[in-house]
Amino acid sequence: MSDLAIRFSGVGKDYPHFTLDNIDLELPAGGIMGFIGANGAGKSTTIRILMGLIHQDRGTVEVLGRPMPKEQAAIKADVGYVSEDMRLYKSATLDWHMKFVAPIYPGWDQGYAEELLKRFDLKAEQGIKGLSHGQRVKAALLLVLARRPRLLVLDEPTTGLDPVARHEVLGELMAVLADERRTILFSSHNTLDVEQISDQITFIDRGRIIAADDKESFLDRWRRVRLAVPTEVTLPALPGVIDTTRSGHLAVITVDRYDPAMAAAYGEAGATVSVVEPMTLEEIFVANVHGRRERCAA
Amino acid sequence: MDMHSGIVISKADGRPMYLQIMEQVNQRVAVGDWPPGHDIPSIRQLAVELQVSVITVKRAYLELEREGVIVTQHGKGSSIAIGAHPGPALLAGNLGRHLTEAARLAAALGLSDRQLTERLRNAAEQLKEERQ
Repeated sequence: MSDLAIRFSGVGKDYPHFTLDNIDLELPAGGIMGFIGANGAGKSTTIRILMGLIHQDRGTVEVLGRPMPKEQAAIKADVGYVSEDMRLYKSATLDWHMKFVAPIYPGWDQGYAEELLKRFDLKAEQGIKGLSHGQRVKAALLLVLARRPRLLVLDEPTTGLDPVARHEVLGELMAVLADERRTILFSSHNTLDVEQISDQITFIDRGRIIAADDKESFLDRWRRVRLAVPTEVTLPALPGVIDTTRSGHLAVITVDRYDPAMAAAYGEAGATVSVVEPMTLEEIFVANVHGRRERCAA
Repeated sequence: MDMHSGIVISKADGRPMYLQIMEQVNQRVAVGDWPPGHDIPSIRQLAVELQVSVITVKRAYLELEREGVIVTQHGKGSSIAIGAHPGPALLAGNLGRHLTEAARLAAALGLSDRQLTERLRNAAEQLKEERQ
């Protein structure tokens, strides 16, 4: 068995107006990957292929060491999936759902389920109809977490949650990772959540993976450099520069492979580096997407 | 073992989270809360407690190890190094940061290196006078 919880290799899927193209993805067991993309970028399509809900046209997918979709029944016993469009029965209570799910999964942990009820501030006897959006997300998450699946796949788990609920959900996801055999993949367009808890980060745009790395490397490599540039000076073209904006005597450069030697190179050309700023994951994502789209258009 | 680290990560602090973790471990050592040999939370425990990624805590621990503040033994977890002297290192780190910031502000104001040095010398003189 491989120690990769998820492995995509050259995966593609064609739709009339959208193509998911050549997706390679690897997530080691015990890790947590944040999957970031704009709406319509291909996050949900990728996750549906991962879950065997739709089948790839090309490429291979392995989940917990088994091929998907061939062995999807065996895989699904060990995978927990929560998505926004997942519906609970409105007329039933949360307790009814718990009793419905428990006998299906041998790993169901009633003690943990009851602990989660308290931590998520939910009442088992309450009907689903009366729950707020946040409570519904937490209820769906409880039903999945209490099975203690080896792989958790969460499509936009924090979207639409208030700050308290977000904190509770992120805390519970981290608690899952205290067990180093368990793995989480979650998609989000909230880069703050991803930046906080992810080990691995993958950016997807227009059906293609545009960047994938561990989080510390992402944050380390990307920098915004502010320069003072006399009018007659032309800035040298340095490797890794994604974007250059000049305005008056100032220039702002975005670089995806920052190297302190850059300051010297600019100095030789006659410009002065005034400050080198780290970037947030959100800024990195936006710069990455824009850089890529501009190059495609050119 | 001290399961609760007391470390608090600020999201308003612009510095990387791994640096904040390093600084606070150093502080705990400097004030004597964590004496040499003291067991500290494992990487995963601290990640869960702080709700930050494992890789971030791992990076902080690796750098602390390189600086000789902590030691990590396979299967036994991490502890404060015997003979860890984080006090001077911590202050040196703070000084470095403030100097960088001063240089940045001076550049923004268009001060020359000489003017900046002059200002620093004046500040040091003033401090000496105040203490006399």
